[in-house]
Amino acid sequence: MHIDATRELVARLLADIAPEAELTAVGDDEDVRSALDLDSMDFLNLVVGLHEATGADIPETDYPRLFTLIGMADYLP
Amino acid sequence: MSEFLLPSLGADMESARVVEWLVDEGDVVKSGDLVVVLETDKGAIDVEIFEDGVIERYVAPLDVELPVGTVLAIVRGADATGAGVAAPPPTAPAVPAAGEPGVTATAAVTAPPAVPAPRATGGPVRASPLARRLAREHGIDLGTVAGSGPDGAVVARDVRRAGPEHAAGQPRTPRRGFDAAAMRRAIGAAMTRAKRDIPHYYLSTQVCLAPALAWLAHANAERSVNERLLPAVLLLRASALALAGHPGFNGHFVDDHYVPADAVNLGWAIALRGGGLVAPAILDAETQDLDALMAALRDLVRRARGGGLRASELNRATATVTSLGERGAEAVWPVIHPPQVVMLGFGSIVTRPWVVDDRISALSVVTLTLAGDHRVSDGHAGSLLLEDIAARLQAPETL
Repeated sequence: MHIDATRELVARLLADIAPEAELTAVGDDEDVRSALDLDSMDFLNLVVGLHEATGADIPETDYPRLFTLIGMADYLP
Repeated sequence: MSEFLLPSLGADMESARVVEWLVDEGDVVKSGDLVVVLETDKGAIDVEIFEDGVIERYVAPLDVELPVGTVLAIVRGADATGAGVAAPPPTAPAVPAAGEPGVTATAAVTAPPAVPAPRATGGPVRASPLARRLAREHGIDLGTVAGSGPDGAVVARDVRRAGPEHAAGQPRTPRRGFDAAAMRRAIGAAMTRAKRDIPHYYLSTQVCLAPALAWLAHANAERSVNERLLPAVLLLRASALALAGHPGFNGHFVDDHYVPADAVNLGWAIALRGGGLVAPAILDAETQDLDALMAALRDLVRRARGGGLRASELNRATATVTSLGERGAEAVWPVIHPPQVVMLGFGSIVTRPWVVDDRISALSVVTLTLAGDHRVSDGHAGSLLLEDIAARLQAPETL
């Protein structure tokens, strides 16, 4: 997925999970969990959202590849 | 005839405002029904009634700060025969007058249709005042929300459930009714009381989580994304089962006496964005399996941050667990939430050297702490409780 589309998707998902999160202030290679103070429940909800939006089957062992926006863009179809 | 009082929703609450009645005067209510929404330092809370009867009349004014214990409504008990007013049969659905505000009858709350049908667009939308306000605040078009109230009226619950697809373009507002400064004052007052009145003692132990996390990874590999479990659920389950077996820690200290509780209503401390903390309880936690606990936890976190916690979740906790999560500090020394007598703390899960069979391995470890109340227990009993939790986490397949 293109990085711009990834940002757009993540911003939409975060509107529900962490409404006050400022995704624009987060760099492409920053860990979104620490940058936006997401806990494990928030991150799980984000992964569920990514799965539902893209259909990507995301095994738990792949979670570390989704910690950054650039990682998500590389991973998602 | 009895009085329905403004309940205390925890040691840190002194007052609240009535935002919306969820039942009409004359409605039949059953124990457990949601009857009123209060605005508190913890946000909007749905309050249940715990008796059967008929709502005779509202007494409390709307939108006025009222102290805990204020009479909110007069309730005619199910057994009492109210002269002059014929009580409808208990099974009769409440029939609110058309066009009246607050038409969110009990039936809507207790038996919502499984899949409410979206209304045909065009006509005027029947909705409760709170639903209208919520919709306005969240930029949701009421006409697109399926109502589960009487005659398909949209109630607050429906708006809260409505997803972003109903948003009409306006930005979402942060958590409604949440005043960070007020909550901080309330937490300060409650914790001051806890530190003044409760002679705390503290215990700490290291628990190896390698078997539990290995079991969890294996279990999650078989599960779809939205059915996966978090490590927190194993910690909750082990704590709930252990507390059920140590009644000296699961209960309340009231009027100089400790009263053990029948069920484990396990409080779970949830950090709120923008500061603040709320610790709603998972009721009857000891009877719920891992999947049920995961669902309960997910639901609780969502409602803690988005509004819609219930009064019973805030004033019925019999013990509380706090977990710092995956990126927190290694250990937490909790302050007990009165009238409870214990608080358990899990630090973040870290990789540390650990000795197994005289060999050192790098394994996942968590620091488990306990704050106990010396008026009720002491370090020996507390140690046994921690030992029990640790042992359960070594046998995750039994959780």
